Amino acid sequence: MKLLFFGRLRDCAGVGEREIDLPPGITTVASLREWIGRDLPQLLEPTVRIAIDDRLAIGGETIGDAREIAFLPTVSGG
Amino acid sequence: MIGVSDKPIDPPSLLATFIASVAGAGGIASFTGVVRESNEGGEVERLWLDFHGQLTVSALNEIGGDTRTRFALIDIAIVHRVGTVLPGEPIVFVAAGAEHRRAAFDAVDYAMDRVKTEAPFWKRETRDGTDHWIEARPSDHDHRARWEDEFGR
Repeated sequence: MKLLFFGRLRDCAGVGEREIDLPPGITTVASLREWIGRDLPQLLEPTVRIAIDDRLAIGGETIGDAREIAFLPTVSGG
Repeated sequence: MIGVSDKPIDPPSLLATFIASVAGAGGIASFTGVVRESNEGGEVERLWLDFHGQLTVSALNEIGGDTRTRFALIDIAIVHRVGTVLPGEPIVFVAAGAEHRRAAFDAVDYAMDRVKTEAPFWKRETRDGTDHWIEARPSDHDHRARWEDEFGR
């Protein structure tokens, strides 16, 4: 599965995309955020939003067959 | 004509295309935003705009659709730059065509206020050799809120 990082989170992660294998037990967006957040604590900030395959998530959603999970910091606007 | 461009945009030619395509309009208004040459007291070297392929385009389409409905427009155009944009270069172009001029003026103003506060763009400004991630200004949110006051949303 692919993780996508945008804006300043891209700089924090050092890349815009990262391929990962989900460990057993990581089944929801919230648990994924917590797991990745151990290495990237910026992802745990409450203003960071998450999108699953182009749809904004609330947090409790299961990851299921998702291809991409995107981490979105507060937007700059246009 | 709603979308993003990773190449320089040419507002005069976008406007000419728009005018030619809006049949029945009595008024067409347009806005071009340009990258400032200085910000926060420093010299801007460049701006880099990050975006999400699907979410950003969906947001622009939603803003365009809402604006069109709200002001009973005949058509609307929103074209936004992504990637590296240099000072003095156009970064956004918005045009609205309506039966009467007031709706066209208001529509452009409203669409820009929403683009400035809601569209998923992340701007990294290089100023005096240092990178800064930019957030929407409080005044951008104040401008957006004007419309909520007037129209209750």
